[in-house]
Amino acid sequence: MSARTVLHQADIARALTRISHEILESNRGSASLVVLGIPTRGATLARRIGGILAGIDPELGADTVGTLDVTMYRDDLARNPLRASSPTQLPAGGIDGKTVVLVDDVLYSGRTIRAALDALSDLGRPRAVRLAVLVDRGHRELPIRADFVGKNLPTSSEERIYVRLDEVDGEEFVSVASGDDAQPTHGAHSTHGTHGAAGAGSGARP
Amino acid sequence: MRHLLSTRDLSRDDAVRILDIAEDMADVATREVKKLPTLRGRTVVNLFFEDSTRTRISFEAAAKRLSADVINFSAKGSSVSKGESLKDTAQTLEAMGADGVVVRHPSSGAPQTLAQSGWIDAGIVNAGDGTHEHPTQALLDAFTIRRRLHGTAARGRDLDGVSVVIVGDILHSRVARSNVWLLTTLGASVTLVAPPTLFPVGMGTWPADVRYDLDAAIDEGRPDVVMMLRIQAERMRAAFFPNSREYARVWGLDDARTARLAPGSIVMHPGPMNRGLEISAAAADSSRSTVREQVANGVSVRMAVLYLLLAGGGEV
Repeated sequence: MSARTVLHQADIARALTRISHEILESNRGSASLVVLGIPTRGATLARRIGGILAGIDPELGADTVGTLDVTMYRDDLARNPLRASSPTQLPAGGIDGKTVVLVDDVLYSGRTIRAALDALSDLGRPRAVRLAVLVDRGHRELPIRADFVGKNLPTSSEERIYVRLDEVDGEEFVSVASGDDAQPTHGAHSTHGTHGAAGAGSGARP
Repeated sequence: MRHLLSTRDLSRDDAVRILDIAEDMADVATREVKKLPTLRGRTVVNLFFEDSTRTRISFEAAAKRLSADVINFSAKGSSVSKGESLKDTAQTLEAMGADGVVVRHPSSGAPQTLAQSGWIDAGIVNAGDGTHEHPTQALLDAFTIRRRLHGTAARGRDLDGVSVVIVGDILHSRVARSNVWLLTTLGASVTLVAPPTLFPVGMGTWPADVRYDLDAAIDEGRPDVVMMLRIQAERMRAAFFPNSREYARVWGLDDARTARLAPGSIVMHPGPMNRGLEISAAAADSSRSTVREQVANGVSVRMAVLYLLLAGGGEV
């Protein structure tokens, strides 16, 4: 069975633009805004959102985008093959008193976001934390929801979601493949998929 | 990774991966909360049959920063002084539920024995065994060199083209052995300098050049890194050089030799230092010296090793 593409490049661009406007709307401007992406693809999306925000609101500070690695905070470390960590880079102003918008590619079990909230609380005390995701595929295992969603994508837990972004993968789309389609053409390392209940809330990390 | 026993069987990719994770661990030390929850509920035993200050404290700090529980064991004042064997000690630790054991032992191969005997199921980290290896020291040395050379752009890089001179008691030095294997795996070229009496037999297979003249090694080799080793008086049961003054004059890094080093080159020492013997006080305290960085980096590297050994559920 082949993968079904649900978002093309233009769809992704439109979704990110809309999310950016929604972020500014809910924050009532760009004051004390920090956008943190969760590596790998969340970090790419965060950089794009940062660029769009700067285009909409010239008042936005230059240093608002960063990355937040959650590897060391995951609750599934002992269940899965070990992950290498990625750098955490915060804007120079830190996150104390800021409104932090976490950005990830796919929201699934919610466990990655749980880890991200723990990581954030070790780094400082934001005034508020919001969550932006490109795709919400459902099947939450924790009481977590996204504030800004690119596309709600009701899926079966047997299916896998593939997010490909130009900067990381050299191609750009979001597709859904059914569960028995174990090895689609474009590699399985970044699936948001079926392996294990705790599995890959976001498997995008290498 | 199941155990870390030597640097000889580390591949380049393995080594770079450890160093990259250590970079992320180093960032933790700069934060307000210097702790990660990663090894919560795991127990690490520091099993030290030999005296040590910095290695034991470094492993203890590393394990605690990852939220593991740490039990320190030193042979002095333990049942070992009543004659308990390594096997019985290991089985005691197993019964207590140790997940990781950091071993330092005067006999070469003791960590390997623990890892392979089946006495204990824990991951074993070699923290120095006899005159065999001290892998975490070599990893922290490589980490320190990489950071000094590449700064914040160090992630993912090896040590290709770096020339390293290691000077001193090669015969007794597990640090030198671990460094020879690791640094050459990472692409560096290694030259060993010592009096002929302090070279071991059978070095023909080592991937390193051998010289007897420190001045020539400094002036002709123009090394990027000069690593001075401690004269290990406690292991010397014979006269390897006439006296310490002569050693300091011919093979010590004195002020004149330090002044002749290439610009940008660094001076390393694994500690503890014999100031005035293998390294002069001025060289040890100069801006070239990485001695204190090495100690700080040691914690980050050991955090990376403990993470790789104890956090995962299986091989990558």
